[in-house]
Amino acid sequence: MNEQAIKDLLYKLADDQLILGHRNSEWTGFGPILEEDIAFSSMAQDKIGHSLAFYTLLHELGEADPDTVAFTRNANQFHNSQLVELPNGEYDFSLIRHFLYDNAEIIRFEMLSQSAYEPIAKVAMKLKGEVKYHVLHANTWIKNLGSSTEEAVLRLQSSLNEALPYALGMFEVSKYEQELIDAGVYAGEEAVKAEWLQRIQTVLDKTELTLPDLASITPKFGGRYGEHTEHLQPLVEEMSEVFKIDPTAEW
Amino acid sequence: MELTKEHILTLLEEVKDPEIPVLSLVDLGVITGVEISEDEHVTVNMTPTFAGCPAMDYMKKDVERTLDKHGISKHTVIMSFDKPWDSNKISDKGRQHLKEFGLAPPPKYNMVLDLDILEYATCPYCNSDNTSMRTPFGPTLCRSMHYCNDCRQMFEQFKPL
Repeated sequence: MNEQAIKDLLYKLADDQLILGHRNSEWTGFGPILEEDIAFSSMAQDKIGHSLAFYTLLHELGEADPDTVAFTRNANQFHNSQLVELPNGEYDFSLIRHFLYDNAEIIRFEMLSQSAYEPIAKVAMKLKGEVKYHVLHANTWIKNLGSSTEEAVLRLQSSLNEALPYALGMFEVSKYEQELIDAGVYAGEEAVKAEWLQRIQTVLDKTELTLPDLASITPKFGGRYGEHTEHLQPLVEEMSEVFKIDPTAEW
Repeated sequence: MELTKEHILTLLEEVKDPEIPVLSLVDLGVITGVEISEDEHVTVNMTPTFAGCPAMDYMKKDVERTLDKHGISKHTVIMSFDKPWDSNKISDKGRQHLKEFGLAPPPKYNMVLDLDILEYATCPYCNSDNTSMRTPFGPTLCRSMHYCNDCRQMFEQFKPL
């Protein structure tokens, strides 16, 4: 198996989890209600734990240790989708992003748990059970708020319209895509996307929200190849600030 | 004394979950294997409950400390996802201890963990099944929050996974 192809896949999985984990952690102390403050903080903890599992696999393939990889790169070395780096915005935007992202992530983990590349399969098998709770949380709130007051529906619809081009960017294919599919590592981005569309549509059907016509949207690509919005570099600097004060510190 | 797997497991009964001090790591199901080589080197395999659990490193060190304390100096403790943890691995004794501690044990499930099981909980105070999930995220990653419609108390459940 081509090691570069595996590394590319691991980097995008790990970086998505790390960056969204940090965005989720920004709700700590600021949640609209206590339970949501705790929910986003818990999901942050999960996601950063998940990124550690993938960075550990990268380390086993000869990359630097997880802390170094997580905290010493610049934005243009990150492979996360642009969706996860966007600022939290209001709660409706964070909730929509969480809904769009986690419904895709669980499909990815389900597929990867069947992967021919055993180290990824083992980790994905473990993580898919945990992400189930993230999906349950997102879908419950989308169903509740997406059919509640006029203001809630309007806000969520507007956030959905804004987030969707970035969400489609999650499925940007890697240059190793066909190789990974042929090797049975996973079924590829198009397959993830097709399943994702079905699942999010099923939830949206239970609300007053409508999925914009995908044919009219240009996906925001680039993230998987190191092209990011202006929001990533400040985030990377903030999250690595303590590490960089003394990279050799023992905790 | 001759080193046996059973002996090591008995010693490890001493090591408790740092956040649920009534539950031993053995009953929690995070000890996935004990091997003793011919030269009496003890290898303990462990697996985390949740991948982001901040207590896992502490638990690993606790296992090492306990082995040292009992004079077992040649040991290796390995944390891996090789045999992933799920909540069915909590022993019956562990479930009983959780309940006495006031935490609903996770329901046992067969193969597929679906939404009904995630949301289902039996009240640890009055045993009612007339409960509803308030949030899947509680004070630690492994606990969810529920409300009992009969005895009208909030309670926590150790999440099914």
